[in-house]
Amino acid sequence: MDKNRRNFLKVAGISTLAGLGGTAVVDRLVGGTSIAQAAAETGHTVEQATGSQGHGAQPNPSENRYGMIIDIRKFQQDPSLGEKAVTACHSVHNVPQFPDKKDEIKWIWMTNFENAFPTNANAYRDEATAKHQLPILCNHCDKPPCVRACPTKATFRNKDGIVMMDYHRCIGCRFCMAACPYGSRSFNWRDPEAFVKNTNHVYPRRMRGVVEKCNFCDERVGTGKQPACVEACAESKAIVFGNLNDPNSEIRKMLKENHTIQRNPALGTIPSVFYIV
Amino acid sequence: MYDSGKIIPGLIIFVLFITIPIWYNRGAAGSVPKPVLPKDAKTCVLPAAEIRAEHMKLLNTWRDEVLRTGDRGTFEIEGKQYQKSLMLTCMKCHTSKKQFCDTCHTYASVKPYCWDCHIAPVE
Repeated sequence: MDKNRRNFLKVAGISTLAGLGGTAVVDRLVGGTSIAQAAAETGHTVEQATGSQGHGAQPNPSENRYGMIIDIRKFQQDPSLGEKAVTACHSVHNVPQFPDKKDEIKWIWMTNFENAFPTNANAYRDEATAKHQLPILCNHCDKPPCVRACPTKATFRNKDGIVMMDYHRCIGCRFCMAACPYGSRSFNWRDPEAFVKNTNHVYPRRMRGVVEKCNFCDERVGTGKQPACVEACAESKAIVFGNLNDPNSEIRKMLKENHTIQRNPALGTIPSVFYIV
Repeated sequence: MYDSGKIIPGLIIFVLFITIPIWYNRGAAGSVPKPVLPKDAKTCVLPAAEIRAEHMKLLNTWRDEVLRTGDRGTFEIEGKQYQKSLMLTCMKCHTSKKQFCDTCHTYASVKPYCWDCHIAPVE
């Protein structure tokens, strides 16, 4: 057979076609699955497909959805309440107190109204709001951006709607901190061990290089107790905790009776922490 | 063989050098560690042989069940209820990390990261 360019191109072209078409036909006959289905079978895709169905979708379905109402008026009437709640939380969870502000770790903290609600700008703010601070904490969003950003699933939304941290899995990449629009997360730049005052011996502390935040007192709620901050302002009812999925819960009644606001709801994160102004 | 006077001593020195770990630690391997067992508790969460081999897996299972699944169910041993917890269950009987955990872990040269966050009982 003489080898000229014309014959070579013919053979090459036919074998390429056979190769491409042949494998597709064989795959279709043998597997009976399409490429799209095969891709959807890998773990990550399935979760995303069920988790977010575009804009305006129903909130994440979960067994319970714990939420909180914070009555700002009560914190204005009794300015000592805020410190009580913060101290209670931070001592129960062994949150370290670093001398340098840039190392600061916070689970719940007091802040000015304009910092908590930057979208509710008002040049003629009433005196009480302008003068007093209010507590802010992780919003335990229904659509938590931090969970989407986490590459190791160290942060996740559990069956009670609490956005949890699994410190065993955290690699300290701080993507979640960049993703959280509320600044609810803190990074352990230093080993916190020496900076925990009055260690609580029934709850662990954290190590250097992990991100930490409020866990809605999952360890207390799971055993039938109220969160530490709620307990700290118990009689005043300044903070009320409950199940938003239960239409008869106290929190749902309060939501029905009061006008409440959320922090930056326009972002679509669907926060579970509500404020009575 | 040319230069056997140099090669053979050289080989002997080389063999001695690479076996340093063996003869340097000769006799220092130490006896098998004897962790101090709790006096008042007789039964562990699993039979002794099983807990000795599998305790790390059990702790991981507990961690995943409690933290990720949210299953905080308790289990019963001799009529008492126990939680799935290192700090609240294991260390309540094994009250000394130094005399229990560390004895074997040091011997086997394993460094579990439990105690980076979890708090050992005060000794």
